[in-house]
Amino acid sequence: MATVTVEQVRKSFAGREVLAKLDLVMSEGELVCLLGPSGCGKTTLLRIIAGFISPDAGSVVVAGTNVTHLSPRARRMGMVFQSYSLFPNMTAVENVKFGPRVAGRPKAEQDSRAKELLDLVGLSQHGSKYPHQLSGGQQQRVALARALAVQPQVLLLDEPLSALDAKVRVQLRDEIRRIQRETGVTTVLVTHDQEEALSISDRVAVMNAGRLLQVASPAAIYRDPADGFVARFIGAGAVLPGMAEGQTVRMGALVLPAWAAANHANGAKVELLLRPEVVTFSALDGDVPPGGVAGEVRESVFLGALTRLRMSVAAVPELSIWSDLPSEEAEALKIGRRVVASWDPARPRVVAA
Amino acid sequence: MSDRLGFGGWMILTLAFVFFSVPLGMSAAFSFWEGGDRYGFAAYRWLAASPDLGNALWLSVQLALATVVSLVVLLVPAMIFMNLYAPKLRPLFEFIAALPFVIPAIALVAGLTELFSGEQWGWLKETPFFLVIPYFFLALPYVYRALDVGLQSIDLTTLTEAGQSLGADMRQIIGLVVLPSLRSALVGSMLLTLAVVVGEFTFANVLLFRTYAVFINQIGQHEATAAAALSFASFLATWAAMLIVLIAGSRKKGER
Amino acid sequence: MKAPIAWLFIGAFIAVSATFLVAPTVMLAIQAFSDDDGWTFQYLLDLQQYRYWVAFQHSLQLSVASATVGVVAGALIAFAMLKSATPRWLNQAVTSFSAVAANFAGVPLAFAFVSTIGSLGLLTNLLKRAGIDLYGMGFSLFSITGLTVVYSYFQIPLMVIVITPAIQALRPAWREAAENLGASGGEYWRHVGLPVLAPSLLAGWILLFGSAFSAYATAYALTSGNIGLVTTEIANVLSGNVASEPQIGAALSVGMIVVMVAVLGLSTWLTKRASRWVKQV
Ligand SMILES: Nc1ncnc2c1ncn2[C@@H]1O[C@H](COP(=O)(O)OP(=O)(O)O)[C@@H](O)[C@H]1O
Ligand SMILES: [Mg+2]
Repeated sequence: MATVTVEQVRKSFAGREVLAKLDLVMSEGELVCLLGPSGCGKTTLLRIIAGFISPDAGSVVVAGTNVTHLSPRARRMGMVFQSYSLFPNMTAVENVKFGPRVAGRPKAEQDSRAKELLDLVGLSQHGSKYPHQLSGGQQQRVALARALAVQPQVLLLDEPLSALDAKVRVQLRDEIRRIQRETGVTTVLVTHDQEEALSISDRVAVMNAGRLLQVASPAAIYRDPADGFVARFIGAGAVLPGMAEGQTVRMGALVLPAWAAANHANGAKVELLLRPEVVTFSALDGDVPPGGVAGEVRESVFLGALTRLRMSVAAVPELSIWSDLPSEEAEALKIGRRVVASWDPARPRVVAA
Repeated sequence: MSDRLGFGGWMILTLAFVFFSVPLGMSAAFSFWEGGDRYGFAAYRWLAASPDLGNALWLSVQLALATVVSLVVLLVPAMIFMNLYAPKLRPLFEFIAALPFVIPAIALVAGLTELFSGEQWGWLKETPFFLVIPYFFLALPYVYRALDVGLQSIDLTTLTEAGQSLGADMRQIIGLVVLPSLRSALVGSMLLTLAVVVGEFTFANVLLFRTYAVFINQIGQHEATAAAALSFASFLATWAAMLIVLIAGSRKKGER
Repeated sequence: MKAPIAWLFIGAFIAVSATFLVAPTVMLAIQAFSDDDGWTFQYLLDLQQYRYWVAFQHSLQLSVASATVGVVAGALIAFAMLKSATPRWLNQAVTSFSAVAANFAGVPLAFAFVSTIGSLGLLTNLLKRAGIDLYGMGFSLFSITGLTVVYSYFQIPLMVIVITPAIQALRPAWREAAENLGASGGEYWRHVGLPVLAPSLLAGWILLFGSAFSAYATAYALTSGNIGLVTTEIANVLSGNVASEPQIGAALSVGMIVVMVAVLGLSTWLTKRASRWVKQV
């Protein structure tokens, strides 16, 4: 268990900057998800931490030791790859034993360690199977056990769930979290799936184009995105560009109430974030009430207790606003119905554009 | 454990380069030697003037074409039909295709000689086209392999059912679906067959037919520079044949 | 059945194979074990004569040596050329040259080597002028060692072709996982790389063994049949160059087939052991 500090790390491939002066500090036993669109540099950062890539500048410090120039072998980090990384010529047990074996641990210790870890990932029955005899989810469990068998200071997972189908994914995700809590190993998990990141991390690190945009708890990221990119990338809802004007955001002729706009200078370019749970749609037959935005229902997605409606704004038809309503209420608002969107002006966030 | 070639890698490739280029370069150089310190095309001119070269080459080409025809007529349809109607026979086909590997060419010649030893078979052993029999089996293993890969890559059963559900009959399915998907495998392995048969020596030499390879050997025994010229030219010809095979093969990838 | 024409073609192929491939082989076996008076083991026992015994020894030595050289050198070359940092042109040059050289066997290959390191070859002369007398040092192109060198010229490229897909199928993640778990490069190769390649290496070796064991043209053109290999001995019998009974040729042929079957059987068994982990289809 160890703290991990990534300091001012930079990396370019063939003159193209992939990581730009990146800093990340993780405390002991923490699970941080690197979240970002494909190609933003997540894998590169993870592989720099693991030691497969050396950074052009900056350092990686683990438990107070600078490991930047250590080989991957010497770093004591467990790594789980996207898929098919199990040694095909070894059974599940042999795979798990591999680390202790090359470290020259006594046979008895290898065996007990492998057994313990296969138990931990719930595969004690499948120890003697070869990788091709295991399902994708089982293979990733073995890979996890194998990575943990070296008692790593840090566990690194690069999109370990992306090759699995939806149901297995959720199961294994929860299990990774449980095992991570039980072992208390400091963990970095790379993903491009926001739901995955929000559901299992202590903190989420949102990346784009080689930069860390925000590192915070899932709730904070959701509630308080640092900028428009994070707001768009995490959660649903509308992100509307406009201009701060007192306690409103002005978009052309529309004036949208949001107290948070007062935190920005008048005339500053801002973006207004309207989450579906903040917005209410109601049927509109007469005039538009003050602070409301008129529009027409365009889409309705039943989610169980809630139904998510989308309306297009009458004044600017390319703009959409979403609202989650209790399904009974939503039933009355058929597609094509004229509605007005309204919200408590205290709730929406306003970020600098 | 790196992706770089490293010192060892360069050493290996350099040694390989030396080993593979020296005999070629030396025989090319040797083929231009006209005695003393004169160099020129004498050996090539001498070869071009030899009427026997043309005859031998023509015989080899005829045999190669006959072999290709026999493969197209006997092997290709049998494999397609086996896959369509009698997949149970696959192990038998695999066995037959593996036999030529276990039975060395020279042993097959011995066997054929013995089998057709009677007087009544004289006519068969007189004609050089007798050679097409062993050549067929010489080519069988790799033509079979190439076609098998081609046939496995299309899911024949599903395709057939899909075709039938669209109202196609068997002839249309074979013509429109199966053969086109085998085209590159066919072209590649048939070109290889041509190259191999033209260069084949064992059968022809033992059965006393004057094919191209036998001719080269005969003149090579007393005309050293001509032999070098021929071996250099043969290398270039093999190169040309393989280039066509490679191009035929890469067209396949482009199509998919 | 629905398609009689299909059975016609299938039947024709099987019949032709039975007539011209299986029947001759059976004839050989019968011939090897019979003389005018009926069944006999005499010809098989005749194979113990020094001449034939040596031929088998030579053939086996040559096949084992050239197959082993081919497997080792071919795998190393393929491995070097497939490294991701190797320039693309180099990779393509090796690939296309291999396709050519693997098919450049027989008479032309023999002559290329004669003009290079034959007793009057260009390289032999160059080296002699530089003070290195190859033939004085005991080397001869017309020996088993010489033949091994010549055979390597098609064996190595053949191995490069055969092993390339297997090396490409080695996943970088395996190497990285091993490294990550603390394994050195050597440990990775010992525990993962070589075991995973083993079935392909074995298959390559057996293919190379077979191609050397049944090769005739190269050896004949080099030595005019003066070095006793099994193939050249059979050819000598067949063409009446030596005063042996034809049954000896048959017995030699049967001997070759037995060797091939035995080697194939052994390698199948080894491959089975080495590929317990491979998905069976
Ligand atoms: N070895 C490499 N050589 C050149 N470019 C690379 C290399 N590895 C990654 N890149 C580039 O760096 C960028 C970031 O890649 P990566 O870290 O794999 O992204 P992510 O994992 O977030 O999808 C991509 O644009 C990718 O093309
Ligand atoms: Mg990635």
